[in-house]
Amino acid sequence: MKRRHIEESIFKALMIGSSGLVVGSLGLILLTVIAKGAPALNLAMFTQTPKGGYYLGKEGGILNAIVGSLYLAGGGTALALLLSLPITLYLGSYVRRRSRWAPIVRLALDVLWGIPSIVYGAFGFTIMAALSIRASLLGGILVLALLELPIMTRAMDEVIRMMPSELEQAALALGATRLETTLHIVTRQTLPGLTTAILLAFGRGIGDAASVLFTAGYTDRIPTSLFQPAASLPLAVFFQLGTPFPEVQQRGYAAALILTVLILLVSLGSRWLSARLGRYAIR
Amino acid sequence: MNDAHIQVRNLNVAYSQNPALKNINLDIPREQIVVIVGPSGCGKTTLLKSFNRFLELVDGAHVSGQVLLDGVNIYDPAVDVTEIRKRVGLLAQRPYPLPMSIYDNVAYGLRIHGIKTKLDMDAVVQHYLEVAGLWDEVKDRLHTPATRLSVGQQQRLCLARGLAVEPEVLLGDEPASALDPISARHIEQRLLELKQNYTIVLVTHILRQAKRLADYVIFMYLGELVECGPAHEVFEHPKEALTRAYLAGAF
Amino acid sequence: MESEKTTPTTWPTWFQIHLLRLSRQTKDRWAGKMFLGMTTLPLMLVIIMLVALLMRAWPILQAKPLWDLLTGQTWRPLRGEFGFYPFIMGTIWVTAVAMVLAVPPCLLSAIYLAEYARPLTRTIVKPLLDLLAGIPSVVYGVWGVVAIVPWVKDFLAPTFDKCLGFIPFFAVDNPTGFGILAGGIVLAVMVAPFIIAITYEVMRSVPDGLREASLAVGATRWQTIKYAVLPQTLPGIIAGVVLGSSRALGETMAVLMVVGNVSRVPSSIFDPAYPLTALIANNYGEMLSIPLYDSALLGAALMLLGMEVIFNGISTLILHRVTGREIA
Repeated sequence: MKRRHIEESIFKALMIGSSGLVVGSLGLILLTVIAKGAPALNLAMFTQTPKGGYYLGKEGGILNAIVGSLYLAGGGTALALLLSLPITLYLGSYVRRRSRWAPIVRLALDVLWGIPSIVYGAFGFTIMAALSIRASLLGGILVLALLELPIMTRAMDEVIRMMPSELEQAALALGATRLETTLHIVTRQTLPGLTTAILLAFGRGIGDAASVLFTAGYTDRIPTSLFQPAASLPLAVFFQLGTPFPEVQQRGYAAALILTVLILLVSLGSRWLSARLGRYAIR
Repeated sequence: MNDAHIQVRNLNVAYSQNPALKNINLDIPREQIVVIVGPSGCGKTTLLKSFNRFLELVDGAHVSGQVLLDGVNIYDPAVDVTEIRKRVGLLAQRPYPLPMSIYDNVAYGLRIHGIKTKLDMDAVVQHYLEVAGLWDEVKDRLHTPATRLSVGQQQRLCLARGLAVEPEVLLGDEPASALDPISARHIEQRLLELKQNYTIVLVTHILRQAKRLADYVIFMYLGELVECGPAHEVFEHPKEALTRAYLAGAF
Repeated sequence: MESEKTTPTTWPTWFQIHLLRLSRQTKDRWAGKMFLGMTTLPLMLVIIMLVALLMRAWPILQAKPLWDLLTGQTWRPLRGEFGFYPFIMGTIWVTAVAMVLAVPPCLLSAIYLAEYARPLTRTIVKPLLDLLAGIPSVVYGVWGVVAIVPWVKDFLAPTFDKCLGFIPFFAVDNPTGFGILAGGIVLAVMVAPFIIAITYEVMRSVPDGLREASLAVGATRWQTIKYAVLPQTLPGIIAGVVLGSSRALGETMAVLMVVGNVSRVPSSIFDPAYPLTALIANNYGEMLSIPLYDSALLGAALMLLGMEVIFNGISTLILHRVTGREIA
């Protein structure tokens, strides 16, 4: 009779150990990035673009990559938002219960969600080659939009589905059209969740390297037009770590730290924002 | 009450600071059907679940006081809760057959307590299925999945499953309310037969069912014990005004 | 909106306003049609991607029989030899190691979170898992290079060599630490949040009544999990593991940085390998300069896409059925 209690204790210990392992890995990663990156951090990293000889250890910073990433992810997120909002709203508000189309759309979105970012990059590359677009900010934005679309749509879809249907029904009972209900009621109620979804996609976009590898190019300058190549933080990290010079590698670690902090800020920011925007939401 | 099976002393239960049971003191008599009645939200189910320590399953539930089973406080830290639950069984409102065969469902309780004995197991399973009134309907398909039974059959299966560990007390949380009238009648008849060997405590919001089944009545209102006593006394000569109002259908 | 109710005297304004008011229903209908049109986008995208990559990979599929491409072991683009086998094996080995390392702890963690943890613990751990999931691939790569590769090189490899070195699977030929094990460890941590999240959801979808039914006869919590909850969740957990592997095999940057990038069919977890994703990422720069190279690399991308579509499609369908709703 005691045996089953012993068995439970053993498994409980294993379970707690596993959870600790997973959470501990997170801590380890953050610690490593901070420890390696902090020493090389200085103001120049943020304010200067690479000068001549930067990759040999001379002066400069990674402003090109910081701004490039913000442009790329910003543009990509905006474009993805434009595409995913109608899709989500349709799936959430317009579709009838027994629709056969909606599950197909959702399945396609789930498939898109899992496609490796390098495949998006390769695909983007083939399209760009066919259209004779060179590696540029535009190319990167388009590919990131594709990458972010399923992430954003799926996150938004979950939020909208969790909304109580009585709310919609109340609005419709008052005589509002579906469009009006959707635009005024649904979005306001789900606004915190929607912003989280947008920021989630943004975070993914800013951190992705494989897709922009082919399509955004890399440059030491800050792009001033959509058709110029754009540097990105993840690639900056990758390239700098790939050089044989320790000083440059150090900068690579610093860039990784900057990137991580940026993602953390986006994550925390989305929580704060969703708390603030949730004032009008009915719980 | 002498020789009460369960004694409740100063029981207070709160869910996240909201009081659900206030200072309950009562005795549950042996081998009778005890029915707890009252309007919704009065704490009937909370009281019931305090008898098999199911309140611990709720986040934020705070229990103070004593519940004595044959004189021993079941909330004593030294007590093994799984032993308590073996002695105090629960028949829930909705039947939940376990994801296994009918045979394994009934045998489940014995197996998890470490009672093996294969030979007796067949006899035990048959016996309790008979007691629950299900044997004739399932004797040819004992090893098929239990989920294929109808709702009424599933509830009888749950009854057999609960009885197989040989509890002393059987709790019932509105055990017939999710069933069609015929199956409900079945369950009620089984309970009337079982009271010879078990102490049965039921919760119901159907006054008529209470009148059909009860030997002893406990009337609750807003978390407090209003009145308790033998059924004919409480139903026909209630002492409290609140009880009279409830029986008259005021709420 | 109030102005729509009044009737101004000037004719053009009255007309415009009347039009605006009439078209409330029309607006709704047009919006509905536009939204519906947009919903064709996901499906079209999947199809277009498959077709586009197929078209670009076509030259190499024409030039050599598929079987030779998949089983060929030599990769010398300059000589026109494109054997994908080492890369396919590299992908499989790294993914398999990652899953073997990740699944047991993740299942245990998820069970703990779903069945035992207090609400406070859950509210702390879930955001942490989200954070872990949000860390970019390159940062995992940095961590891998800085922390994992040296650990493999200085600790794991020598230890395994001493104790289990006689088994080819654990043989250490490669003293650098860059290899499948390092890649597997990094990938395992990367997919952990997904597997935990999916397993958690699947377990939470089992109704509490079932747990109570088991507890009511005196089962311990662990017995309840083992006999009442887990059997229900098995298909869902498998689907989650399949989804996790599909994520693992598609990972590029993190793996690239720690796996060694040597195109050799691996025979031990300490060997370096060259997964398909790394192949594409490392060589995209030269792909237009050598004939058939671009077809080959895009063919690799097509392979990845195909694998992912199949894995994801099947596991998502299973998950929908298990939890009764859309998940993960």
